[in-house]
Formats: sequence, structure tokens, C-alpha cells
Amino acid sequence: MKKIEKKNLSVLFEALAAKAALYIPADNAAGQSQFTRYEAGMTLSEKLNTARSPKDLFFPQIENLVDFQVFGKEIQVRERKAPEEDFILFGVRGCDCKSFEILDKVFLSEPADGYYAARRSHGIVMTLACGAPEETCFCGVFGIDPAAPGGDVSCYFAEDALFLQPLTSKGEALLEGIALEEAGDEAVEAEKTSIRRIADRLPLNQLSTEAFGGDKTKTLFDRPEWETLAKSCIGCGTCTFVCPTCQCYDVKEFKAGDTVQRFRCWDSCMYSDFTMMSAGQPRPTQKERFRQRFMHKLVYYPANNEGLFSCVGCGRCVAKCPIHMNIAKVMKTLGGAQNEK
Amino acid sequence: MRNEPLIPMIAQVTDVRIDTPDVKTFRVVGLDGKKPFTHIPGQCAMLSMPGVGEALFSITSSPTNQDFLEFSIKKCGCVTNWLHEIEPGQQITLRGPYGNGFPVDTAFRGQDMLFIAGGIGLAPLRSVINYVRDNRENYGQVDIVYGARSKDDLVDYPEIMEQWCKEPGLSVHLTIDREQEGWDGHVGFVPNYVKELGFDVHKTAIICGPPIMIKFTLSALQELGFDKTQVYTTMELKMKCGLGKCGRCNIGTKYVCKDGPVFRCDQLDELPDEY
Repeated sequence: MKKIEKKNLSVLFEALAAKAALYIPADNAAGQSQFTRYEAGMTLSEKLNTARSPKDLFFPQIENLVDFQVFGKEIQVRERKAPEEDFILFGVRGCDCKSFEILDKVFLSEPADGYYAARRSHGIVMTLACGAPEETCFCGVFGIDPAAPGGDVSCYFAEDALFLQPLTSKGEALLEGIALEEAGDEAVEAEKTSIRRIADRLPLNQLSTEAFGGDKTKTLFDRPEWETLAKSCIGCGTCTFVCPTCQCYDVKEFKAGDTVQRFRCWDSCMYSDFTMMSAGQPRPTQKERFRQRFMHKLVYYPANNEGLFSCVGCGRCVAKCPIHMNIAKVMKTLGGAQNEK
Repeated sequence: MRNEPLIPMIAQVTDVRIDTPDVKTFRVVGLDGKKPFTHIPGQCAMLSMPGVGEALFSITSSPTNQDFLEFSIKKCGCVTNWLHEIEPGQQITLRGPYGNGFPVDTAFRGQDMLFIAGGIGLAPLRSVINYVRDNRENYGQVDIVYGARSKDDLVDYPEIMEQWCKEPGLSVHLTIDREQEGWDGHVGFVPNYVKELGFDVHKTAIICGPPIMIKFTLSALQELGFDKTQVYTTMELKMKCGLGKCGRCNIGTKYVCKDGPVFRCDQLDELPDEY
């Protein structure tokens, strides 16, 4: 365990930024916390979590895949270089750190996505334990411990200092040569107890996953409650875009002069054109689209990934949905007696 | 980026054949003039024109064809409209093959085969039919039931009349939806025709066509005494990646692009009815 005085945080950030591109949660002009490329003088956001998840750093909202040039009947391909900049993500919460594992199972399964794989191998994750989890938090439902956030280095604020615990060789190497004090475990252990005490009392953390899981397609798909749950959904896709585990994408093209840039961008199963074909529309109303999003997170994904749910309880959708619908309400409605409290 | 699965190869169209008023068949080779890759009948590939778009199509030619790939494509959207305008010599992009394909060398071996197609649904089945014809000793009796709106909408009509109909051990049963001048064959929808023909229930059946035709034909086969485990179909959903990652073709726990597009009908019972 290492530590650095809180008032010297900028010394740590400068030292990290000298090693690789550093991203920290910082408040933008609109007062929203976002992972931002560190520059001298930048301060760490005090907010519990960023408005958007850190998935952007591994799976950007828009990413150019390949360029083409067309000459008459001929086509030329201009391949793009793999992303190769090393970067450090500081301040990732335990929920978001777990989301990387969930994304890995999609993008790194064969055939692996080269763009994502390159970013993953160049990224170092420094997590930061949540001092005070909020009422939108429910990471505990999915077995995530906010007091043990994981990553290459786990960090904790305690006793006016930042404590750093390297967890991987990548994390060890990162801290080498940075002026840090050696520290004992006591302060961090006390902080962990405090975090867990808060997390255990949060209302949404009491939700049960018992009614969900890979074998529940038959019991959940035709439930009449989907109709009422989906009724107020306006299909804006905000939940998808702030979600750290949503990974559906579209492939589109942009004509720039004589070059056609083929890029991918985030997409949402909440949109009507997501499944629209010239042959027809398998999900004709918002009910089917809404159901797909939650069935995927709570049933289909776990079925293909040893029971792992595709939700980390970060609470962004709880906070951001304009009509106040979210996965916690879905779990309350469909989750049986234990969730009806 | 080398070996990135989303980056396509360049291929060229060497022949365009007009099959029906809205279906053309495209012959595709690599820039070296050779067949771009080998495939299993029932597999698909992504074709695109930069600036127009990319779309997934079933490979119509049999793997036994050593020289080129063929795609029979109906004009019905952006990419297909563009394809219907092109001439031989046009380059396109190509990636694949994708999907599981039909179990031609396992479950189908030694079986009497019953192929049932509606309209452009013959496209993926033609790959299997010609594979079976080229490996005749491995399969039993072959029946083909094929229906279309009119006689002009029967895809690959010359190949059916000149080759399939004349082959021993292979029976072709054609039907069109409505009476038409110059047509003395059967008139009526495919599911009813299948019931009228009344096939031996030990055959392995493959159905491909519009979703509604697949559903009614499966019921017809069940009425005849077929079990769902003997019936296969191939599905179509919107796809962008072909790799099981973009999320579009997800139905229940399956991704049609990698776990399908071929499914045995009893496997479909495990999926939510959303296709």
C-alpha cells in the first residue's frame, strides 16, 4: 500500500501524465463530470460518478474503421492504424470497472474486435473506491463491492490522503518512480467498512436477482407487465448511451471529398430502425424494443456468459431517464415477491 | 489494421444474370480472379459498395463450385437497388463467410432430402441442392417444392428446367400463386401444395421463404407427421457486423449471424417469437 497527501494530488497527476495520457473525472462548463484528458491545474470532480461511463475510452462513440476511394468501377482500401497511445484512466468506480469485463466478453471473444483489443491493451485502469455511494447505486445487486473496485491499481481517499494499492504488474510498473509514501492498511480497512455500511443500507441494493438469469426466457418474455413498463418509454436511447455495458453498434459511412470513411457508432435497441429491414420489422412497437434491452441484460447475456448479468448497478439510467423508467423498476415489477417491498 | 474482421477485401463482379423482374444473380471473384473463400451451404457474406452501404446476403453457389461465388439478390433496398444497376467489371467489397451453414456432412448424410422454397427463399437452398447433386452418393431421394408469385418470379428457372427436372432421383414440384397464361403446372400456395403432395415422414426437410410461408409450411409438415427435429430453416434479420457483436440480430440467447442463420425447428421453440 502506498499513499500521497490529498493536497499533493496534482503531483501524482503530473507524474502519471508524464508516463501516459491521463484521463480523470473533471467537471465541464455545464457542471457535468466527464473523463477528461488531464492538463496542469485540472482538479478531480467531487461527484460520485461521471455523467457518461468510461466505456468511451475503449469503445468510442464514433470510431473510423477504414477509408475507401472509388475510381470508376475500382475501389481502393486505405486501412487505418490501430490505436496505439498508452493511456491511464484514473478514478474509475467499481461498477464501471466491472463493465469492462462485461464488454470484454463481447469484443474480445473470437473473432476479437481489433480496435477494442488495442485500446484495452494500451489502457491502465486506476479505480477509486466510492466514499459515499448514493441512493441511485445498486452495484451490490450484481455482486460488486464498491469498497474493492479492482483495476490495475485500487485507490481510496482516507485521512486526507489518497491510498494506492497496485493489483497487477501493470499497476506496479505504473507507480514505480512516483514519489509516494509507504502506508499501512488500517486507514483503508476502516474506509472499506464505512463504504460497505453505507452501501448495505441503500434501498436499490436490496433488489433480488433470483427471478432473472439465463434460464428465464420462458417465464419472463410473455409477462403482461412489459406493456405497462414500456408504455411511457419515448425511445430516446439515453439509457443506452449512458450505460457502461451497452455495446450495440451501427456501421455507417461518411463521404469526405473523394474518400468514403466507414465508421461505427453507438446504436440503441430502443430505436425503431435498429431491426428495421426491407423485409419487415420484427420489433414493431416500443414494447418489444424496451423488452429486448432488459431481457438482454438480465437473461440473454447471462445465458451466454456463465450467469454474469449485463448490468453493474451504476445508477446512471436511474438518474438520467427523462420518464424515470429504469432497470431497477423492471426488476421490482418482474422480480417476484422479494422485490415487491 | 491487418486481420481486423470488419475490414473487407475487394472483389469483382464478373457476371450479372437477370433471373426475374426483381432478382439478379451476381458472380463474384477476388481481384486475382479466383474464388475468394470456401464456405458451407447456408453461410452468408457481407457485400458492400463504399458510399452506398453494406448488407448480408446468403451465398447461392455450392461450395463444389471451385471458380466463383454467386449471390441471387432481390431488389428491395439501398444496397440491392445499387447492385441491380451495376455491370460486370464492377468492384465491390466482400467479407465472410458468416454463420453456421447446413449440416450437409453430418445430420443430412444418407437422408432423403425435401427442399421447400418460396420466392427468393430458393437462394440459400440452391447452395445445398447443388451440393447434394454434386455429392449424390451421400444422399437419398431428393424432392424440391418451389413456389413463387408467378412463373416469371421463379428464380433460376432455366437451371431448374434444364438440369434439376431431368436428373434421376430428383423430383421437382413447382407451383405459382395464381393462374397464368402459358403455365400448365400446379397453382396454389406452397404449404397447401406440400400437404397435397404428402411426403414420406422420414425425410429431412429444409424450408426457406418469407416468415409467414415458413410458419405455415412447418404446420403443414407437422400435419403430415413430421417432427420439428427433422425440419430446418434459415433466418434473416438485420445485421451490421456478422460477428455476433453489433447486437442487431439478437433473438433470445442467439445471434442469427453466428449461431444461425440455420436453425432446426425444435431449436426455434427455445427462442422468443420475435423474428
